[in-house]
Amino acid sequence: MKRNYGPLYAVPQSAWLLVFFAAPLVIIVGYSFLEKGLYGGVKPHLSLAAYRELANPALLGVAFRTLWVSVAATVVTLIVALPCGYSIARSHNQSLRLFLIIVPFWTNFLVRIYAWISILGNEGFLNDILRTLGVTSESVQFLYNQWAVILVLVYMYLPYAILPLFTSIDKFDFSLLEAARDLGASRFASYRLVLLPNIRSGIVTAVLFTFIPIFGAYAIPLLIGGKDSYMLGNLIADQVTKTRNWPLAASISMAVTLLSGLAAVVFLFRSRKGEAVAEVAESGMDSPGPVGRGGSASGTGGPAGATGATGLTLEVPA
Amino acid sequence: MNGSDVAVSALRKSFGSFEALKDVSLEIRKGEFFSLLGPSGCGKTTLLRLIAGFEDPDSGAIAIDRRDVLGLPPDKRRCNTVFQSYALFPHLTVFENVAFSLRLRKVPNRLLKDLVMKHLSLVQLEGHAHKKPSLLSGGQKQRVAIARALINEPSVLLLDEPLSALDAKLRQHMLLELDAIHDKVGITFIYVTHDQAEALSISDRIAVMDGGRVLQVGKPTEIYENPKSDFVARFIGDTNIFQGLVVERCGDIALVEAEGFGPLLVEANGDGPVGARVRVAVRPEKLRISREAPQGGLQGAHAAAGSEINVMRGSVEEPIYSGFQTKYYVRGENGMSLVVFRQHANWSEGRPDIAWKDDVYLSWSARDAVIVETTAGHDEGGGSAP
Ligand SMILES: Nc1ncnc2c1ncn2[C@@H]1O[C@H](COP(=O)(O)OP(=O)(O)OP(=O)(O)O)[C@@H](O)[C@H]1O
Ligand SMILES: [Mg+2]
Repeated sequence: MKRNYGPLYAVPQSAWLLVFFAAPLVIIVGYSFLEKGLYGGVKPHLSLAAYRELANPALLGVAFRTLWVSVAATVVTLIVALPCGYSIARSHNQSLRLFLIIVPFWTNFLVRIYAWISILGNEGFLNDILRTLGVTSESVQFLYNQWAVILVLVYMYLPYAILPLFTSIDKFDFSLLEAARDLGASRFASYRLVLLPNIRSGIVTAVLFTFIPIFGAYAIPLLIGGKDSYMLGNLIADQVTKTRNWPLAASISMAVTLLSGLAAVVFLFRSRKGEAVAEVAESGMDSPGPVGRGGSASGTGGPAGATGATGLTLEVPA
Repeated sequence: MNGSDVAVSALRKSFGSFEALKDVSLEIRKGEFFSLLGPSGCGKTTLLRLIAGFEDPDSGAIAIDRRDVLGLPPDKRRCNTVFQSYALFPHLTVFENVAFSLRLRKVPNRLLKDLVMKHLSLVQLEGHAHKKPSLLSGGQKQRVAIARALINEPSVLLLDEPLSALDAKLRQHMLLELDAIHDKVGITFIYVTHDQAEALSISDRIAVMDGGRVLQVGKPTEIYENPKSDFVARFIGDTNIFQGLVVERCGDIALVEAEGFGPLLVEANGDGPVGARVRVAVRPEKLRISREAPQGGLQGAHAAAGSEINVMRGSVEEPIYSGFQTKYYVRGENGMSLVVFRQHANWSEGRPDIAWKDDVYLSWSARDAVIVETTAGHDEGGGSAP
């Protein structure tokens, strides 16, 4: 009889999930059902107060804004990433181009945000150019609004969309496009009717890898945005650091986790059952970055693990 | 449905510095089953892709029904392609694959359903309409590809080695089906293959290609019996090639002094004046192999034409048994090696009557030796028979 080592191989993954997913989640769930302490922290009394506060209309407003910004940024990311992935898959120097996509990751997340500030700022690069060209005499306020936030979000998460799209387009059999043309399809129709359905799994992965972390974004709206781009991630952080209502921070985190988890599941199942689920796992393995992040960010609301901005809700129990 | 004629003239196509097609001209007739036959890499697919419109030629012209189609995109040409790899849409069912072009043309649902089912029954796949292509066998995929192309009512169907992925038995079967479909729809088929048996058995006419050129166009019998070049003779089946100088003519028979062989009687209608260098081909099945001297063994017509018989004595170097026939390589006393086929009509006492190392006579009529190339001039160097 052969011995089955399957369970043994699963140990590292289980350990990882236990330490970085299950344990923090349990702590957050626990905190969300407790009473808030006077100067942060919690009192050991069970209470549903944190969940009652969720019905606050101001909070719902932030939730809807977060949803809108996330959807807009995801859609734009996808629209930009599709032609990028396509051209990389069809080019002769794929490795070089993929490498160039990865290069920005060598620079710290926050540094790249500050780079955008120095580009878009009132005394920034863009304004300098505009003034030199004589287009404007006054500085244009590019920063501190939703559009700037969406722009930087798109920039930041573009690689996470390009990589899975590239992977699935690379596997696509391009003679299918010729077959479609042969059967009377215009160029556009051949992309729409044949290319897109066949790279669906890549699209699903790209959407999940961008939408979920963007939904929990914190640092970008904090540094690039203004009043109109205060998102759930910021709200949670403020509950922890300013208002010191840790149970509320925990209950909002729970809501974010459940909602984005639910959205992901619905999306996965709507887009052709098992196939897509299997392929998400697969292309996750192919692409270097987002696996763990896509997963861990889903609940915790921090964009990239590399910086202090992550794991907002993880800080709650600290 | 009715076929179109296709005219290709002086077509050239290069990829970088590599010339894939060098001056190709062909006239393909309405409703014809026309094969492009040639070794791998000779430009068959390239020619097909030019006709379909996936690629533009560097120079030359392509006309379908005498209308220039250069510059028209593939979706505007009345030809459809069955791809070498089938290129079925994996995300669509068999039904939707076949319906693809009808959906693009917004054919009403009812008519669409009728047409699709009609074409599925043409290729005998009614029962598989709701399967995904990945669940089909190679032969079934190929039939879906044919149905999908035919439903668009092309006037020319381009088939790129559609049977190459199938096993020998299925290939034979599909070949018959293709032939039946061709008879039924009556459109022009341009069929690419590198399998000479396939081309010979199914085509009305064949163009033999090599190195980006068309070497010979003709009916299967012409191509087989009267190859116009060394290459065609060798490519279409096994053959024995002799080369030498014509030393004498007597009516339509020429006497050739063949290198490594000696005097050889050859049929030469018009070809090969005295003094010309010629190459001569003799098919292996036209050689008669026997253990007795041929005079006694020859009968009827052969005996009467006694003076036209070539004879070679030799010994069997290698017999290759293949069921219905045996192929013998016979080394002559003069050193020349010839290949012979012999059908097993009379198998005696469980052992072949001619075996390894037996001394044998080969004999063949001058009528079965054809001149494949005539050059007025010089030698191209030694080796002759394969
Ligand atoms: N897109 C291309 N780029 C560069 N070279 C090409 C291209 N397409 C074809 N070729 C070259 O042109 C030559 C002819 O190719 P083609 O595909 O027409 O051959 P074929 O006769 O169909 O061969 P096969 O029987 O193997 O399919 C080959 O040497 C091939 O390498
Ligand atoms: Mg080919």
